[in-house]
Amino acid sequence: MEIILSLAIGIITASGVWLLFRPRTFQLAIGLSLLSYAINLFILAMGRLKMDAPPVVDKVAEANPAAFADPVPQALVLTAIVISFATTALLLVLLLAARGLTGTDHVDGTEKTP
Amino acid sequence: MSPADHLVIAPILLPLLAAAFMLVLSERRRWLKRLISLATLSALAGVAIALLTMVDAPGGAPLAYRLGNWPAPFAITLVVDRLSALMLLLSASIGLCTLFYALARWDRAGPRFHPLFLLLTMGVNGAFLTGDLFNLFVFFEVMLAASYGLALHGSGVERTKASLHYVAINIATSLLFLIGIALIYAVTGTLNMADLAVRVPVLAGQELVLLESGAAILSIAFFVKAGMWPLGFWLTPTYAAAAAPVAATFAIMSKVGIYAIVRLSALAFGPASGLAAGFANEWLMAGGLATMAFGAIGMLAASRLSGIGGSYILLSSGTLLVATGTGSAPVLAGALLYLVSSTLGVCAMYLLIEPVERAADIDREAAQRQSEPVFEDDEPGLLMEEYEAEEEEDEIGIVIPATIALLGSAFIFCALLMAGLPPLSGFIAKFAIIDGMLSGLPAMGTGGWTAIAAILLSGLATLIAMTRAGISLLWVPVDRPQAHLRVVEAMPIALLLALCLALVIGAGPVTRYMKDTAAALHDPGRYAGAVLDPALQPPERRR
Repeated sequence: MEIILSLAIGIITASGVWLLFRPRTFQLAIGLSLLSYAINLFILAMGRLKMDAPPVVDKVAEANPAAFADPVPQALVLTAIVISFATTALLLVLLLAARGLTGTDHVDGTEKTP
Repeated sequence: MSPADHLVIAPILLPLLAAAFMLVLSERRRWLKRLISLATLSALAGVAIALLTMVDAPGGAPLAYRLGNWPAPFAITLVVDRLSALMLLLSASIGLCTLFYALARWDRAGPRFHPLFLLLTMGVNGAFLTGDLFNLFVFFEVMLAASYGLALHGSGVERTKASLHYVAINIATSLLFLIGIALIYAVTGTLNMADLAVRVPVLAGQELVLLESGAAILSIAFFVKAGMWPLGFWLTPTYAAAAAPVAATFAIMSKVGIYAIVRLSALAFGPASGLAAGFANEWLMAGGLATMAFGAIGMLAASRLSGIGGSYILLSSGTLLVATGTGSAPVLAGALLYLVSSTLGVCAMYLLIEPVERAADIDREAAQRQSEPVFEDDEPGLLMEEYEAEEEEDEIGIVIPATIALLGSAFIFCALLMAGLPPLSGFIAKFAIIDGMLSGLPAMGTGGWTAIAAILLSGLATLIAMTRAGISLLWVPVDRPQAHLRVVEAMPIALLLALCLALVIGAGPVTRYMKDTAAALHDPGRYAGAVLDPALQPPERRR
């Protein structure tokens, strides 16, 4: 489980970073989205991996913290997902505006030949 | 809880409610929106002053506001201490002045200027108030989202290009912010900053390494905001492309990064933090020095006033980072005064750019820069027509015979303030920083001397750059057209400079306040005691 998750985070991050360094605005948007997925997984992992454990403490049963998953990272991930969704949407609008105004989808707004 | 205690949340709630209400108003009801904005920001200034007097009362402890009355550290807490109250007041003053300036014409250059402006204020205030790291992230995002909209305000190719870089860099930075938060949470099991101050001192070994990596990644987010070299290349082009009042407001945003660094280094990495104490101080020092050098060189190389302004923001960030890196309370006291006076100064400078360059008649192409709107919106055509009509009107304006004299004196005032020359507040602040460094020299070694030399040389560079710009913009143009200055534009500049003058006249109490603030920052136990619920604190706290 741990190795699968860490591999997944690593591969997604690597792809995201690679895309981030590409010159097209669409690649930038996808790169940032991939990175945000990787980081959401990372936050979840920081609350320790636990199978079949509820995050909500049962009132009736004896409260044994070891039997429950940490609820805080889950709450953090939810917030982070919402925020990154909103900023990605904003970025997409900006990409379209930049494409319309500059006539190119290069991140610098001009096509430069190396 | 007495009603006065609820004032703590007002700097977040007021702009949020006002902005939400304004969203349902049509763009035609401009005067109503302006009135709401002005009223909200005036109220914010009032609240900030009230909070400041509350926490500065003799024996006044930091005020903690528990949302939903859940005991800290389990839920969201807002905390006001001297530093937060000071920053709130600074943000409200700058907001009020720039908004006033924007009324001259900029608030008509695009839709929804006022809600965005208030949301930016809300994000900034929230970042100053929050007591835990994750809400710091949330308020950073609120602030950034509003700033994306404002950076694009007025539209045009230049702004869109600069904003694209700005948005991409800041989204990537926010992700680093999250990694840092997650690592710190994984090690300490808490996000509450007061709780961190209690838990960090007992860390050792591998956990300490993880905590320091988390804090380092987190600081990258703050360094990008503050514009530390080599993370600050985005700053000058974005600020130069933004509309004048927007750029002036952004001056406070780079200080939010500095605030977060000061707060965290005091709470979690202060002298009382066991093995983690003084972590990254050398890095702050080295990064700050490099930033100062970059800012000073950029200033000397800048050909336009906006370039000088951007470089000066970098320069002041660098100075503040160096001062934080010394880890000494007297230096920090001077640095806080420097923070206030340099922010006010650069804000006035950004507002001054437009009238000065108009007087020198070189903003023709700048005026042409804004073109078709980015967003299809309610009556964009109407807005643009009005805006262009206003452009025509501007040519008439109110003729003040002594316009150039007024602009010139304001410019000299700004230059003195930014270069840190007597008799203005910039001088007192730099004097306090250098005095603190000299008294702590044995402990600082060569770093202290380098820092003092850098502060003095950067002042010289500022003076040279400003003098040159002043000569070419205010003296050289001989056969210029009759210059115009509108009263709405002149007033906020005068107000900002008057605030700096007030800092000099009230230098005694102001310096006393800064010293108390710095002393309180170096006593994280007091902060933690005010925030955390005593019932939940076992005497021997263990992880």
